[in-house]
Amino acid sequence: MALSGLILAGFVLGHMSGNLLMFQGEGAINAYAQWLHEHAGLLWFSRSILIISVLAHIWTGILLSLENRAARAGGPATEATRQATIGSRTMPYSGMVILAFIVFHLLHFTFRAVALNGVDYGDNVYAMVVAGFSSKAVALFYMISLLLLCLHLSHGVSSVFQTLGLRNERWRGRLDVVALVYGWVIALGFISIPLAVLTGCLK
Amino acid sequence: MKLESKIPAGPLADKWNNHKAKLRLVSPANRRKYHVIVVGSGLAGSAAAASFAEMGFQVSCFCYQDSPRRAHSIAAQGGINAAKNYQNDGDSVRRLFQDTIKGGDYRAREANVYRLAQVSTNIIDQCVAQGVPFAREYGGLLANRSFGGAQVSRTFYARGQTGQQLLLGAYSALSRQIGLGAVKMYTRHEMLDLVLIDGKAKGIVTRDLVTGAVESWASDVVVVCTGGYGNVFYLSTNAQGCNVTATFRAHRRGAGFANPCYTQIHPTCIPVHGEDQSKLTLMSESLRNDGRVWVPKNTADCAKPAAEIPEEARDYFLERKYPSYGNLAPRDIASRAAKEVCDEGRGVGQVIDGQRLGVYLDFSAAINRLGEAEIRTRYGNLFDMYENITGENAYKQPMRIFPAVHYTMGGLWVDYNLQSNIPGLFVGGEANFSDHGANRLGASALMQGLADGYFVLPYTVSDYLAGVGLSGRPTTEAPEFKAAVKEVNERVSKLLAVNGTKSPRYYHKALGKITWEKCGMARDKAGLEGAIRDLQALRKDFWENVKVVGTGDQLAPELERAGRVADFLDFGIMMCLDALTREESCGGHFRTEFQDAGEAKRDDAQYAHAAVWEWQGEGQLPARHVEPLVYEETQLSTRSYK
Amino acid sequence: MVHGKSAHDGETTLALKLRVWRQSRGVPGHFEEHALAAVPTSASFLEMMDMLNEQLIRAGQDTFAFDHDCREGICGMCSMTINGMPHGPLPGVTTCQLHMRNFRDGETITVEPWRARAFPVIKDLAVNRSAFDKVIQAGGFITARVGSAPEANNTLIGKVVADEAMDAAECIGCGACVASCKNGSAMLFVGAKINHLNILPQGQPERDRRTLAMVKTMDEAGFGNCTNYGECQAHCPKSITLDVIAKLNRDYLRARVKEFFSSTGKPSKGGD
Repeated sequence: MALSGLILAGFVLGHMSGNLLMFQGEGAINAYAQWLHEHAGLLWFSRSILIISVLAHIWTGILLSLENRAARAGGPATEATRQATIGSRTMPYSGMVILAFIVFHLLHFTFRAVALNGVDYGDNVYAMVVAGFSSKAVALFYMISLLLLCLHLSHGVSSVFQTLGLRNERWRGRLDVVALVYGWVIALGFISIPLAVLTGCLK
Repeated sequence: MKLESKIPAGPLADKWNNHKAKLRLVSPANRRKYHVIVVGSGLAGSAAAASFAEMGFQVSCFCYQDSPRRAHSIAAQGGINAAKNYQNDGDSVRRLFQDTIKGGDYRAREANVYRLAQVSTNIIDQCVAQGVPFAREYGGLLANRSFGGAQVSRTFYARGQTGQQLLLGAYSALSRQIGLGAVKMYTRHEMLDLVLIDGKAKGIVTRDLVTGAVESWASDVVVVCTGGYGNVFYLSTNAQGCNVTATFRAHRRGAGFANPCYTQIHPTCIPVHGEDQSKLTLMSESLRNDGRVWVPKNTADCAKPAAEIPEEARDYFLERKYPSYGNLAPRDIASRAAKEVCDEGRGVGQVIDGQRLGVYLDFSAAINRLGEAEIRTRYGNLFDMYENITGENAYKQPMRIFPAVHYTMGGLWVDYNLQSNIPGLFVGGEANFSDHGANRLGASALMQGLADGYFVLPYTVSDYLAGVGLSGRPTTEAPEFKAAVKEVNERVSKLLAVNGTKSPRYYHKALGKITWEKCGMARDKAGLEGAIRDLQALRKDFWENVKVVGTGDQLAPELERAGRVADFLDFGIMMCLDALTREESCGGHFRTEFQDAGEAKRDDAQYAHAAVWEWQGEGQLPARHVEPLVYEETQLSTRSYK
Repeated sequence: MVHGKSAHDGETTLALKLRVWRQSRGVPGHFEEHALAAVPTSASFLEMMDMLNEQLIRAGQDTFAFDHDCREGICGMCSMTINGMPHGPLPGVTTCQLHMRNFRDGETITVEPWRARAFPVIKDLAVNRSAFDKVIQAGGFITARVGSAPEANNTLIGKVVADEAMDAAECIGCGACVASCKNGSAMLFVGAKINHLNILPQGQPERDRRTLAMVKTMDEAGFGNCTNYGECQAHCPKSITLDVIAKLNRDYLRARVKEFFSSTGKPSKGGD
């Protein structure tokens, strides 16, 4: 869980940084896309690691949730919480929404099968993205999903340190802040694009 | 009753080593053919069971708790003594021996106490090897403190929970053997009878507290380490489940019970707060290092808050009576002094049954001198615990304390080998009578439990087994086992069948009221005679009117309590009888008729002996026997703390 | 808050409604409701339960079985979930050290056993925690035969290390960590036990073997997995921190890696 999570958390940072090229203009982002396609080996290597990580993350997540539910034996009639954060308690649910989002996102921008009105944008990624976010509903779905990603990361990133044994009483608070900041950076970085399209900053 | 102490000949310092060299051994190949039963899993029981298993014997261990780790040894706070002399303050085996003998008011067996002091050093080595996290100096060496008024620093400690850490050490050794299959552990099992064949202990009968199943177990030897009987007073610092049943059942089968009247009262407990109270909580004696004990001089002031009582109206009675020891006077003396001022009507705190039972332990002088921060460092956890229980902040107002029953020095009589007068029945830890005489020194209980379990019983039980031979073990098909199981079943059915109106707890409280008032901190002839009559009447009432709810086939706490209270009722009578017939004062046994202006007055000419009681049958008073205490190297003197 | 006065001067009492779990061995359980009048605020929670049981005996009904022993917060026997919180609303104390002044007059209190698959109910509020003992039996010890111990001061252990080991060793094995964990995980308990021994020099020879064996036994016992909620730390009566879990994870990882690369496929530092 931690290892696959770490890979995925790293990936979203790279993905987000690449996306921000949108603000450098049409040329930059399209060139970046072009470069990626020219290095197919690298692309597919990354993609295969990603696919394995996602599958491992989902599989271990499902196993964990089922095992943990069974281990609880129903839990007490009155459930009380003293310390667990919202982020920690909603991991499976935020995870499921994020999974649905990923599926939609792949169909949307990778396979270009939905919500693009059948227009073929070819190598012009910039135009595709702007067109894709012109729909308010789509943009809103992206933004909500990314806020949930922030929630997911705020617990997940800090947990990675705990699971790898790299957290202690003194650093726990600091790492929680790091994770929260990381989550917000990722989410806001991603959200800035649909938001810019909606507000007309990106055309 | 034959009471042979079997003390080896020779100088005190050589007795144990010479004796060990003569003890017989069982060949390693044959050891697994012997079955040892250990009852109780506290320090003595766990240590003994683990040691027997390490030696190669087959071991079964029984405890009433849900895990061996929960035995009441776990509650000891202060520490464990050992004559290591790490502090270079002149400690030695002989000095620890002398302090223990004197602390016991010269009513302990000299040779046993010397052996205890000798093996004390091995205990620390063993515990450190097991990973017990004793307090350390910055340089990495073991730290020590002075405890209970000792003139040397010989106490090893692990924060305020030395008992828990030592028990976890013994429990981990025991667990290792359970994991290896060398010990079979039976938790939630209560020993309800001892089985004798041809006069030798050959097994026990237990009740499985979860299923109610009464079962018997055959063995070559039975080792009982089931702790003390402090709960005969109902309110004590003992755990709720502590009971006399195992030792008393053995007593009913012929084992002598020695010195039951020797009970220790601890001066610094949190006072009783109400009639529904189930337990008294001890606070470490170390509090007396910085706290000053006082009560108002005038009864009229007792209802006022402490802050409204001016300095000149306060009576610092320990400092007044014992100027040289002051607030650090020994446990029995400090306890009795507190009782005296409360009996004069000068106690503080709530009125319960028409009396205020409490004295102040005041830290204001220490806080003024050292600052609140320093007091918090030294005693913070104790102040927190006090506030949690009483709701009072002891930094702002004085603590209230009162003495409570804490430890029982009496127990099954054993010889030098820790074997009772029943061959094959060995007794260790608080359950035996051997080492503390009439009063136990602080930090010595843990020492004795582990000494017996790790370093004495393994040798002496081996010797016994070597003499038994391989064909000595019966099966539980023997008629003696069948009869014992039948008796236990009948007794359980009898308790369930009374179907009266009063709960077992009602009887336990009534029993405690009698024993505490008449056989507690101060005793006298008329009171004890009355107590015996009252207890006999209460016992009769119990068997006619007790109501035991629940069924015999699953967890039935009321049935457990009823059985234990029934034994406590019989035992209480014996304890009062012992106190009545010991016409002197010594250590924890204070007869008001025998005193020198408030100080205990021993009668060495008449009573330098252990009184050993023999069961005479249901409803009969037990018979008194005597083992004279012969002092070869000790000069008997009078304790003085003035 | 102030309801009435009892026989003692100035003592306040509470009237309470109690929903208490009733269950016989092997069959499903249910809540039973009882009213209790005049509970002194100075009483402990278990003394309140004693009062309820005495009331039941007077009515000829079976009492509620619950585990308890020392009643001074150290034996770890008491185990009640009170209003959804193991050991009740006051942090850092066991049920036996919880006093009724922490409750309000007229309050309804729900009392349940520890809830976890690895802790099956024996009767009413008493559960079977022998899974903890099994974990210890698998490796929660330092092999040190009686008689073979070296002189105690031969092993130097700095105060900082000794204190750290002691912090972990304070665990009383009550199981509140499992009961409070939304996953029924035993990581705080096992972490505390492993840390106590793995930190000390005496514990080094068996370190890897101990860690792997204890974790394996823990997993087999049916406990859940740690997902870093932190509820265990917040409910631990001895305030053991999540540090012990982080260190357990580190030691486990280390031992697994060493096991993987060892020539025998077994932990390099083995015991007997």
